[in-house]
Amino acid sequence: MTDYLILGASLLGGDPADLVVRDGVIASLGADTAAPREGVALETIDATGLIALPGLVDLHTHLREPGREDAETVRTGSRAAARGGYTCVHAMANTDPVADTAGVVEQVWRLGHEAGYCDVQPIGAVTVGLAGERLAELGAMAESAARVRVFSDDGKCVSDAVLMRRALEYVKAFDGVIAQHAQEPRLTEGAQMNEGILSGELGLQGWPAVAEEAIIARDVLLAEHVGSRLHVCHLSTRGSVEIVRWAKSRGIDVTAEVTPHHLLLTDELVRSYDPIYKVNPPLRTADDVQAVREGLADGTIDIVATDHAPHPMEDKECEWAAAAFGMLGLETALSIVQQTMVDTGLIGWERVAEAMSAIPARIGRVADHGRPLAVGEPAHIVLYDPGASQVVTPSDTASLSRNTPYAGRELPGRVVATFLHGRPTVLEGELVEKVTA
Amino acid sequence: MKHLLSAGDLSRAEATRILDTAEELLSVAQRPIKKLPTLRGRTIVNLFFEDSTRTRISFEAAAKRLSADVINFSAKGSSVSKGESLKDTALTLQAMGADAVVIRHGASGAPHQLAHSEWTRGAVVNAGDGTHEHPTQALLDAFTVRKHLADDGGTGDLEGKNITIVGDVLHSRVARSNALLLHTLGAKVTLVAPPTLLPVGVDAWPVETSYDLDASIEKADAVMMLRVQAERMNAAYFPSAREYSRRYGLDMSRMNRLQDHAIVMHPGPMNRGMEISADVADSPRSVIVEQVTNGVAVRMAVLYLLVGGQTDQPNSEEETA
Repeated sequence: MTDYLILGASLLGGDPADLVVRDGVIASLGADTAAPREGVALETIDATGLIALPGLVDLHTHLREPGREDAETVRTGSRAAARGGYTCVHAMANTDPVADTAGVVEQVWRLGHEAGYCDVQPIGAVTVGLAGERLAELGAMAESAARVRVFSDDGKCVSDAVLMRRALEYVKAFDGVIAQHAQEPRLTEGAQMNEGILSGELGLQGWPAVAEEAIIARDVLLAEHVGSRLHVCHLSTRGSVEIVRWAKSRGIDVTAEVTPHHLLLTDELVRSYDPIYKVNPPLRTADDVQAVREGLADGTIDIVATDHAPHPMEDKECEWAAAAFGMLGLETALSIVQQTMVDTGLIGWERVAEAMSAIPARIGRVADHGRPLAVGEPAHIVLYDPGASQVVTPSDTASLSRNTPYAGRELPGRVVATFLHGRPTVLEGELVEKVTA
Repeated sequence: MKHLLSAGDLSRAEATRILDTAEELLSVAQRPIKKLPTLRGRTIVNLFFEDSTRTRISFEAAAKRLSADVINFSAKGSSVSKGESLKDTALTLQAMGADAVVIRHGASGAPHQLAHSEWTRGAVVNAGDGTHEHPTQALLDAFTVRKHLADDGGTGDLEGKNITIVGDVLHSRVARSNALLLHTLGAKVTLVAPPTLLPVGVDAWPVETSYDLDASIEKADAVMMLRVQAERMNAAYFPSAREYSRRYGLDMSRMNRLQDHAIVMHPGPMNRGMEISADVADSPRSVIVEQVTNGVAVRMAVLYLLVGGQTDQPNSEEETA
């Protein structure tokens, strides 16, 4: 056992303070000097110039295990998460087998616990096998050891209006939430990229914004009608932001997320026909990027979620139409939020802590994450150096996959240390190899 | 010019140079011995991931008339259907010493990827990719239009000529390439189609658009009919083959409203009775068969300019050992 004295960290970008981490909690805060305890080592970390944030919580992570351990495992994915400053990730249900039973969600939860790099909170499928035909046993997953509260068919849309209505209603019994992948399936059959001038020019089948917006519009009305909680995954268009803004103004209980890549990248990158930029929902226009940034700044979009989607090389080194959708995100998320939102003056670090920790934990009903940095709170802490910068190198990742769209880009900031339940998973920017679960 | 990937990459000067070169090479086809020694010792691979006998034999004839060694590589079953990947195929061809790869692929952008990858060093010629482009078709169409409509015995420019392209623009690589190239050459292009078969964002193209063939036909100097697949009606692009044909097909009564000098074109293969009636296809105004002849000359010009112009040929020399 080791106690930690963190000296001079800027709390949420504010005044510097010293933190003592002891027995998994923040034991003291302020200009403090911790007296070493008998028989307990005390390690001092100089955090001058670093920002302390609560451990980040991702509401949208693909860990690929079980089924695609060639792309990612719970262990490698949660190591990547720790490097990105995350202490809790929600593992999406589209594994093989699908996480649609208590058995599979408990397996994922247990694998996360054994790996020890972050708390892995499984998401349960809404429908059996993600087939969109009948409800999975949502109650059994909620009551399992994994305590599932977020349900999603992510990768597929719960497009059947009746099924969506029932799911929204049913999860009220255990305070669950349906996280919808908003994609009208008929409007996006064979779709490859954002539909617009560029899709016509490149001869790639268009993915219209309306395919996303129509589902969000329907779902907020359904949520209002049945008085349920709705979460919108990875919204990507100006129209989606406007619909969610309208829904919130009506008092509808809806939350929404945006991915780091939709905050930064535009469809112009598709000109290269490099499938590294192929993602679902697709990269949109510069105007959409502007709109999601504004939405995140004014709270219309509640949170940033990575949609970390590892894929093996061969699924990206091929023709655009044949390639898999998705990109890595865990290790670069905080840097991209800094670049697009903080360095641009749109939000401060307090809002970053809300959008990347407190609110996602609240949406996922994870009680001991996303807590304030205060005495007695669980010691999930990130120390982040906003003054650093690094050039993204695909091989320098803890993920098993290499499909980062940021290769060669210089991004600001660097995660220096991550603490999970008072124990470091990352120190001096490097993963701690022996974490004790 | 290192590759030919998009008609939009060609400047007016480059395009004109290709057409002028094709004009010279066209005469080869009229000789008893239809062969030039220009590309002797060079290897050209026809890499066809999609069936297209007419385009393949056109490129094959073009390469052979320039004395190149031609390898036909029919790679049906691309990675889309889990066959050998584009990358492995390209690496194989590179190892065999291809100086140029003529690629036809069902996926838009595949030639672009090939040209910009490390997988091959030779010139890449796009012989049609998905619903993107088919630049040599546009060049042969421009060549054909020029021969019939331009001054100076068919070698002048296309400035101000009205070219009407009719049909499934949305899915047509021929339409994309033609719109770009004919615009570059100074022609006025009008795309005519039902609204469902025009791409979103077509307003940004350098063309005019119309939903009404009858309103557009009289001003046309050339009318180019695109192949329309009857299956499109299953995806609700139009109600029935008959309605499509009535509204957008070229039959005798519409053809008779064309100007006297106007020509009728079709990239083939035709659906007789669908977008074009049989009597129009076989009429004296139809230059459809001539397009095929011109295709060989234009592809000779492209291969000549891409491969023949090069002085250092690392490929052919390094790997003959």
